[in-house]
Amino acid sequence: MSVPKFWREIPHKYRLVGSRCRSCGAIYHPRRPICPRCGSRDMEDVKLSHRGRLLAFTVIRRAPSDMADLRPYVVGLIELEDGVKVLSQVVDCDPAELKPGLELEATLRRIRVHGPAGVIEYGYKFRPVIKWEAEAGEGQ
Amino acid sequence: MKPIAAILGVGCTKVGEHWERSLLDLAIEACEKALEDAGNPPVRALYVGNAASELMNEQGNISALLADALALDGVKAVEVRAGDASGSLAIHQACLDASFSRGQEGAILVCGVEKMTDVMAPEVARIQMLFEDSRSTFHSGVTIYGLCALLTSLYMSTYGVSYEDIVLLAVNDHKNAANNPYAQYPFPITVETVLSSPLVADPIRLFDTAGIGDGAAAIVLKGPEGARSSSDTPVAVLASEVATDKVNICEREDLLALRSLRLAAGKALGRAGVGLDRLSFIELHNTTSVIGILSLEALGLAEPGKGVDLLKEGAVAIGGRWPVNTMGGLKGRGHPWGATGVYQVVEAVWQLRGEAGKNQVDGAEIGLTSNMCGLGSISCVHVLARWEVMA
Repeated sequence: MSVPKFWREIPHKYRLVGSRCRSCGAIYHPRRPICPRCGSRDMEDVKLSHRGRLLAFTVIRRAPSDMADLRPYVVGLIELEDGVKVLSQVVDCDPAELKPGLELEATLRRIRVHGPAGVIEYGYKFRPVIKWEAEAGEGQ
Repeated sequence: MKPIAAILGVGCTKVGEHWERSLLDLAIEACEKALEDAGNPPVRALYVGNAASELMNEQGNISALLADALALDGVKAVEVRAGDASGSLAIHQACLDASFSRGQEGAILVCGVEKMTDVMAPEVARIQMLFEDSRSTFHSGVTIYGLCALLTSLYMSTYGVSYEDIVLLAVNDHKNAANNPYAQYPFPITVETVLSSPLVADPIRLFDTAGIGDGAAAIVLKGPEGARSSSDTPVAVLASEVATDKVNICEREDLLALRSLRLAAGKALGRAGVGLDRLSFIELHNTTSVIGILSLEALGLAEPGKGVDLLKEGAVAIGGRWPVNTMGGLKGRGHPWGATGVYQVVEAVWQLRGEAGKNQVDGAEIGLTSNMCGLGSISCVHVLARWEVMA
């Protein structure tokens, strides 16, 4: 993949930027120029919530060639607090501990390394929300 | 009930790992068989369905290449690409050609072909995801079977269905494939075979997935006028319809509704003037069992969540109410992407001519084929009938 393509995808892959329809309020990710719900062209960029909950997940054991070194890995269908759904790897967890409804948060991670030049692609992955306060409370 | 086209001949290769044969070798075999079956009419146009020859075989522009290889000098040649729906869409375009060019001499040849074993399996998995919305899927590393796994999990939790029941469709396919000399996996399996096979993407197991195979299938068709004088056993195309859905499944209002298939099937049955009760058999697109079950529901054969009941009751078996995947479907016959939609129509023609051997559906009169790309970003439905049915 080319460097310009990485740049173009930075908003939606680094910062979870989507589109909100100024006409009907619907939100989409990735961005859309036309609202499929109401047909409006009046769309604005919106930064989506970095938190959501797991709806369903799978463990990819036979991976595409460019992800082979990561397998097995978890891919989840996640509903963000805005109501938008995204697909993402779920990291920093044991698949046995995952269940629908689990709270997750976005984190920026390395996705793939491309070509002989070794261009590194970054993007969002999700991890279980770390509940520092709860843990601190238990420790006291 | 008025036909839009008449199918005069069909042919195909066995689906399998044809290490010694190229994309072109396979396509030529299928085309020559179909042309011979049709009585070698002059050909005025060639339509080719293929998903990924550039990426898997380092070869593009394959409609001109195939026309040249078949010595169809100067013929019109068109390539149609829509992932694993390419084959049915090539037939769709050919049907449009037949209806727009009424009175023109010559037949139209349609070939679906895919040569998948020129690349390794992980590369096949990567290429298959190029037919999805890459912006929403690629960086997650999800595969088609991963997406099917998410739908399977949602289906199981939403409707309280077990995986054992879902994979009954794979068992059905293998039972039928056992009698199909062109099938990639011509042997029966049990639910236990599926459950003891390796996990691909939990809960999906290897024997719940369509394999990787090479294959080509071809049909010869023309406009409906004078079909009887061109062939002793023409098969009528009553409808050929296409519809789309959100490519990014995350944006679908109901992830368990294959909307493109529902729309295409509704249009096709309406155009054909045929109700579901008239269908003698159905060829489904089942990359995994869940997609086949959701297809049964999208077609209206079962309420949402009840598709599995058709499997448990034996309704989809040959001899049942709606025999499904009578020659093995994607699971048993095999799934060479761009060829699959044409294989389905070839098999439907065998059924309608009474040439399906041990898998013949008694009194088969009208059949439906449903082919889609990925998880239904685009669906194409054909309704076919014995010519005599319209008399």
